[in-house]
Amino acid sequence: MNDEKGSFGVSGTGDTSGYGGLVRTQVSPGSSERPFGSYFDEVADELERAYPEFNAGIERILVDRNELTLFVKRSHLIEVALMLRNSETLRFEMCMGVDGVHYPEEIGRELHAVYALLSLTHNRRIRLEVALPDGDPHLPSLVEVWGGINWHERECFDMFGIIFDGHPGLTRILMPDDWQGHPQRKDYPLGGIPIEYKGATTPPPSERRSYQ
Amino acid sequence: MTTFSDPYAQSRETTEGRVYSVTGGDWDSLSTEIGATKEERVIVNMGPQHPSTHGVLRIILELEGETVTEVRCGIGYLHTGIEKNTEYRSWTQGVTFVTRMDYLAPIFNETAYCLAVEKLLGITNDVPERASVIRVLMMELNRISSHMVALGTGALELGALTPMIFAFRDRELVLNLFEMISGLRMNMAYIRPGGVAQDIPADAIPKIRETVDQLRKNFKDNEKLLIGNTIWMKRTQNIGYLDLAGCTTLGITGPVLRSTGLPWDLRKTQPYCGYENYDFDVITTDSSDVYGRFLIRMQELEQSLRIVEQACDKLEKLDGQPVMVADKKIAWPSQLSVGADGMGNSLAHIREIMGESMESLIHHFKLVTEGFRVPAGQVYVAVESPRGETGVHLVSDGGTRPYRVHFREPSFNNLQATSAMCEGSMIADVIGAIASIDPVMGGVDR
Repeated sequence: MNDEKGSFGVSGTGDTSGYGGLVRTQVSPGSSERPFGSYFDEVADELERAYPEFNAGIERILVDRNELTLFVKRSHLIEVALMLRNSETLRFEMCMGVDGVHYPEEIGRELHAVYALLSLTHNRRIRLEVALPDGDPHLPSLVEVWGGINWHERECFDMFGIIFDGHPGLTRILMPDDWQGHPQRKDYPLGGIPIEYKGATTPPPSERRSYQ
Repeated sequence: MTTFSDPYAQSRETTEGRVYSVTGGDWDSLSTEIGATKEERVIVNMGPQHPSTHGVLRIILELEGETVTEVRCGIGYLHTGIEKNTEYRSWTQGVTFVTRMDYLAPIFNETAYCLAVEKLLGITNDVPERASVIRVLMMELNRISSHMVALGTGALELGALTPMIFAFRDRELVLNLFEMISGLRMNMAYIRPGGVAQDIPADAIPKIRETVDQLRKNFKDNEKLLIGNTIWMKRTQNIGYLDLAGCTTLGITGPVLRSTGLPWDLRKTQPYCGYENYDFDVITTDSSDVYGRFLIRMQELEQSLRIVEQACDKLEKLDGQPVMVADKKIAWPSQLSVGADGMGNSLAHIREIMGESMESLIHHFKLVTEGFRVPAGQVYVAVESPRGETGVHLVSDGGTRPYRVHFREPSFNNLQATSAMCEGSMIADVIGAIASIDPVMGGVDR
């Protein structure tokens, strides 16, 4: 993520308040150590016991705001998903969907796919997160594991250009079939039609003066 | 084969075979022509402008006679890029966008979004109790108005006009309450991060109680018309079957899941907004069909009325308490009030910022234009909307705008069940099955 400069995004002159010199470093939560608290220890322990390649497949574990995130390597995604669904003590029988997040600053890990899992049996929720490079945006499809993820993967492909290998019909779902680009990536402008009124135009929101 | 000359029912040769375009009542002449060919398989494109597809939903049906062999849905006609747009607005402005997703359940979108923002801020426990009770009150009223549309249009699509008239009559009563409380009948942007936009008016509670009594009487009309009605039963029983295994693999939640007999309701299983303090039942049936889902919605109306009554009792006890977090760095500075010309900015607040306190003006300006900062991280928050689990995945980079807002819409997810429910059934039952999913295309396409 970008460090933010100035209170109003001002650089150079134009700001006499002194706030222009501030640099605010963004700190993302890193990873967590055991004990995680709540049911998170149990989930992690059970997965480690049931899945021999746990240390190779799980990059890190994060507990933040009382939610558990497992960062999974894409090579191990299907195995981890199957383990989470099938193991009696884990039993995440529902996947609420997958959506993408685009972090252009994370070189080599630009695209993230985030899966929200729900266990009806144990009344638990966890999150899987997979990072992949922009140059090779391939991810194994989980339609065989959770059928309901079908449209979510299509939306993720439509909006972010993540290609889910093995998906039964990976086509655009919300945008027209012949659309160029993937709208929810950060490098895709918000667009909007310049509205002209008496010679002056209103630029699209992404190009207006920003207060951030 | 003779060339078709009807200007409204033309046919043309394509690489895929002969394509007929039919509108209205040309079926007789069409079936004569198709009957002359050897091809039994017909692909019918229904919608996106069809009166019984719940908005701009396109359904592609492959038929053998009157039996459906394959169904696919075409969606995206109502995509407006709400998720992308919110990335360019402040956290508070996001409410105004997300309320327009599932336009029949705006309060649920707002609440889910605000709960997620509050979780990111770490102020979930600081939200005043009165604000939470008002949220519950509004959500349950909204559940009634949403179920009324589901029941009314569902019945209408199966040919029963009167239930729709009754349902919209009752929905109007609820919308009047929304108008009195928030100033708007839909897309209210009434729930805000930290609480609600303003307290309910002084005379609201008696009016709500009056409406609850009226609704309880009115609901009997549709019950008498539909429950046990032979035609209605024949059109809905054993139609659109989807069992528990089908629901879990497809991620189906809401009335469709509860019609398999599983009492899964987030208000009970993972309570939020203090739902654990209300006395209500989770309604289930075990028929897994359209009739079961219809019964669940009918009975959930009564449960919602019970919750509304309890919320009214609580509000009377909490009279005069705040409806927004005390932290002035988050609470929206501007206050609303009803003046001679309707709802507008509170004159007392305008006097303070324009005439009395420079600091108040600066504070107001900073918070309204720039907004508040939210610590970096991500959360997933889910609420039980009338259609199932409305989940919000929010990502913050520490700035004054959301980095990513994703809505896991129950309509979007549940619409996938169309194929499982309809393939192998009669074409006339497709309508009933889709009506029982109750998709709202604003939510599906976002």
